[in-house]
Amino acid sequence: MKSPLLQFTSNGIYCETAKVYLDPWKPVDHAIISHGHADHSRYGHKKYITHHRNVPIIQHRLGEINVIGKEWGETFIINNVKFSLHPAGHIIGSSQIRVENKGEVWVFTGDYKTENDGISTPYEPIKCNTFITECTFGLPAFKWTPQAEVLENINNWWAENRAECKTSILFGYSLGKAQRLLKYLDTDIGEIYTHGAIENMTQVLRPLVDFPKTTLITRDTKKEQLLGNIVLAPPSAHGSTWIRKMVPYVTASASGWMTFRGARRRRAIDKGFVLSDHCDWPGLLESIEATGAEKIICTHGYTDIFSKYLREQGYDARTEATQYGEEETEAALASKSTASV
Amino acid sequence: MRNFAQLIKTLDSTNKTTVKVQALTDYFLKADDADKVWTIAILSHRRPPRPVNTTLLRTWASELANIPLWLFEESYHIVGDLAETIALVIPAADQSSDKSLTDFLQEMIALKKKTDEEKRAYLYENWSVLNYYERFVFTKLITGGFRIGVSQKLMTRALAKATQIDEDILAYKLMGNWDPNKITFQQLVLEENESDYLSKPYPFYLAYAIEGEVSDLGDIQEWSAEHKWDGIRSQVILRNNELFVWSRGEELVTDKYPEFEKFIGVIPNGTVIDGEILPFPKGVIGTFNDLQTRIGRKNVTAALLKKVPVILKAYDILEWEGKDIRQLLFIERRQYLEKLFKNVTEQSKSKVTEQNQNVIPLHLSKTMHFTSWDELALERDRSREMHSEGLMLKRKDSPYLVGRKKGDWWKWKVDPLTIDAVLTYAMRGHGRRSNLFTDYTFALWKDNEEGEKELVTFAKAYSGLTDAEFRKLDAWIKKNTLERFGPVRSVTPHHVFEIAFEGIALSKRHKSGIATRFPRMLRWRKDKNIHEANTLDDLKNLIP
Repeated sequence: MKSPLLQFTSNGIYCETAKVYLDPWKPVDHAIISHGHADHSRYGHKKYITHHRNVPIIQHRLGEINVIGKEWGETFIINNVKFSLHPAGHIIGSSQIRVENKGEVWVFTGDYKTENDGISTPYEPIKCNTFITECTFGLPAFKWTPQAEVLENINNWWAENRAECKTSILFGYSLGKAQRLLKYLDTDIGEIYTHGAIENMTQVLRPLVDFPKTTLITRDTKKEQLLGNIVLAPPSAHGSTWIRKMVPYVTASASGWMTFRGARRRRAIDKGFVLSDHCDWPGLLESIEATGAEKIICTHGYTDIFSKYLREQGYDARTEATQYGEEETEAALASKSTASV
Repeated sequence: MRNFAQLIKTLDSTNKTTVKVQALTDYFLKADDADKVWTIAILSHRRPPRPVNTTLLRTWASELANIPLWLFEESYHIVGDLAETIALVIPAADQSSDKSLTDFLQEMIALKKKTDEEKRAYLYENWSVLNYYERFVFTKLITGGFRIGVSQKLMTRALAKATQIDEDILAYKLMGNWDPNKITFQQLVLEENESDYLSKPYPFYLAYAIEGEVSDLGDIQEWSAEHKWDGIRSQVILRNNELFVWSRGEELVTDKYPEFEKFIGVIPNGTVIDGEILPFPKGVIGTFNDLQTRIGRKNVTAALLKKVPVILKAYDILEWEGKDIRQLLFIERRQYLEKLFKNVTEQSKSKVTEQNQNVIPLHLSKTMHFTSWDELALERDRSREMHSEGLMLKRKDSPYLVGRKKGDWWKWKVDPLTIDAVLTYAMRGHGRRSNLFTDYTFALWKDNEEGEKELVTFAKAYSGLTDAEFRKLDAWIKKNTLERFGPVRSVTPHHVFEIAFEGIALSKRHKSGIATRFPRMLRWRKDKNIHEANTLDDLKNLIP
C-alpha cells in the first residue's frame, strides 16, 4: 500500500517522498515552517524554508540558522513534490503549507484566522483533498466580535484609566498579539510603553509594518511617567515584581480565552477583551467548507469534539496528536518566562 | 434589567472588594425599591424556584444554537457554567431590555406553571434578542446562583452604606424566611416590625483558626476552652410555643430534626440557643458520616430516627426571657445556659418513663479551664477520643459578635490525618476553574483476589494546590488521558499526593469501604513514585 502524502511521525508531519518535515518538533534535516511561534518553529533543523516575512522573526528567535524565504504562492519542488506557501492570517509571515504530488493536494494550516487583522497577510482558502487544520477554539462557544469593535473598547478602556490617572497594562503574546494591539492603539490618548520581550520583537517587525512609537521600560523608567499611559506586556509578566512597581494600574488581557468569565477571574485580571489570532467556530467551519476537502485532520485544540462534529456533518475527519498548541495553552501562560527580556 | 446586568458585570469584572461595595452601593442608591428587594434576595440565595428544568434548558438552547445536544454538553463541561454556555452558543443579538429586574422575575415565577411550549417560546423570545451579557444574566436568573464573589456580608455592607442603617442590624433583618415577592423594601429594610422577628435567628459568630502559637493568645486565665464538635452549627429558637431550627447556612431545618420538638414546653419561650447538632447513635457521639444520613432528608423515617438520633450540644445562649443578651460577657451568658440546662435536665428526669423515650436531646458543651497552655495542648490530643475535632477557645469577657471577626473566638483543630494516594481520575472545575482539570479522584493500593496490587479509589479532592500547580497538573492531565467518561477522564497513575482529612469512618456507600471527612491535597509528593503510595489497609489503620 502506498503511504499517504503526509504522515504523522514522532518527529513531526513528514512528506516521505520529498523527505521534508512540516513544523517538526524534533531536530530534522529539512523543515518547512508555517510561522514563528515557538511550538511551530523549533531549534536544531539543518535547513529551514519559510515565508520571507517570517525569516527575520525566526532568525531573531533561533539565531544563526540556514533559512530560505519564499513568496506567497511561489512553487518550489523537492524530489518531484510541489510545495507552496499561502497566507494563514495568524500573525505576520504566517503561512499555510500546500503540498501537491501526482494530482493530490494537502494543505497544512499551522495556525490561522479568517478575519483580516490589517498586519498579517489575510487568510486565503486553498482548494485541497486533505486539510490539516488546527482547532484551538473548535467549540460553538467561541464566536469573535469584529476586531474594530474590540479595539475600540480597548482604546476606551485606556482612556477611562487615563481619566483616573492610572497606568493601563495590556497583556498579549510578544509575537503577534502585541503587534496587532500596538498597530491600533490610539496615540491621541497617550504614550505606549513596552516590556522588553515585546519591544525586541516589534523592532524586528518595524521594517515590515508601520507601527506607532513605543518606549521600552527600563530600570530608569519612573512609574510617574507611566501614569495615564499604556504598557504592553507578555502574559507571563502578570504578577511579577516588574508589574507591581507600576501601581496604581489596571490590567487587561486580550485573548480568545477571555470568552470564559472563569479564565479572566482565575488570572485575577481586571478586564478581559476577546481578541484571538485563531479561527472561531464559524471561521473554522467556513474555511473547511471553502477548501472543498473531503478529508480533514485536526491537529491541536478541542480535536476530539471538533472532529466528531465534522464526521456528523459528513466529513471524513480524524485527529492526529502533535506537539502544537503549547503557545496558546494555559500552562504556557504561566510557564513562559520573561527570560527573553 | 439593564442596570442589574450592568451591576453583575461590574461585580464580575473586578477582584477588588472596594470596587464591588461601591458598585453595589451605587446600585442600591438608584434602583427601584422592588428591584432592590430582588437584588438582596438573589445575592443572599433566595431565588424563586427554577421555572424550567435544566434538561429542557439544554435541549432548547442547543436547538436554538443549531448544534447537537452532545456538542452543547461538551461545551458546558468546558465552559463550566450552564447560563454562560447558553449565552455563548446562541447566535449573537444586541438588544437591551427596558423591563425591570422585578418584571423578569415575576414573569419567571408565572412561567413555572405554564406549558413546555409556552416556556420554550418565552426563552426563545428573550434569548434571540438580548445582548450577550443580558442574555447571560437572564439565563442565570433561571438557573439560579450568582457566584460572583459577593458574599452576603459584602452585600449587607453596601446596603448599610446606601441606607445609613447599622450593618449588624441589617444582617439581622435580612436573616430568616422572607419572600421577595411579598415583602417591600420598606418592610424588609427600613421598618421596625416586632412580629416578623418570631422565627428570626441571630447572625452567627464565627471563629478563626489559630495561626502560629496558641500561647500567643496571652494569659490562659482569660480563656475558656471547649471541645470543637463536628456537626451542624445551628440556632434553636423557642418563641411563642414554636420551635425554629436554623443551620449556619441560614436554612430553616426544623422539619429535619423532629427530636427537637421535645424542647417545646420544656425550654421557656424567648430562648435562643447556639450549638451543634450531633449524631448520637447508641448513646454516643457519632461521626459526621452518621449525620450525613440525616442531612438532606426531608422525610425522616422512624427507622432512621431510631438508628441515628440527634442531640443539640449547646454552647451559648443569645436570647433569654425574650431579651437579646448577646452583649453580655461569655461567662455571664454561660451562667444562663447552665441554669437552663439544669432546669431542662430536672424536667427531663421527671418525664422519663419507658426506655428513655422522652429524654430531652439537649447536652451541654462543657467549658474547661486550664492553668497552662501545655495542659490545654494535652486536652487537644484527646480530641479524637472525645469525638471532637479539636478545641474552641473563647475569651471569657467577650460579647457575642456578628460574623467572622478576629480576636475572641478561636478554633484550634487537631492536625489532620494524612495519607499518600495516587491520582487516577480528573474532572474540569467550575467558576474560576472552568476549562481546567482541578477536581481529582485518588486511589490507594489493595491486593486483589489474585494477589496482585490494584488501585482502589477512596476520595475526591479539589483544593489545596496553588494556581500554578493546578495549571501544571491540568496540562499533564490533558496529555496523559487514558479514557474519557463524559466529563471525567482517567489518567495514567503517575502522581502521588499527600491527602489530608479531618475524620474517617467505615462506610457502605464508598467503594473503598471508607469515608473520609473533608479530604484535600496537602502536598504534591513529587519525590514519591506510585508504588510508594499508601495501601487501603494503611488507611483502615487510621480508624480510631
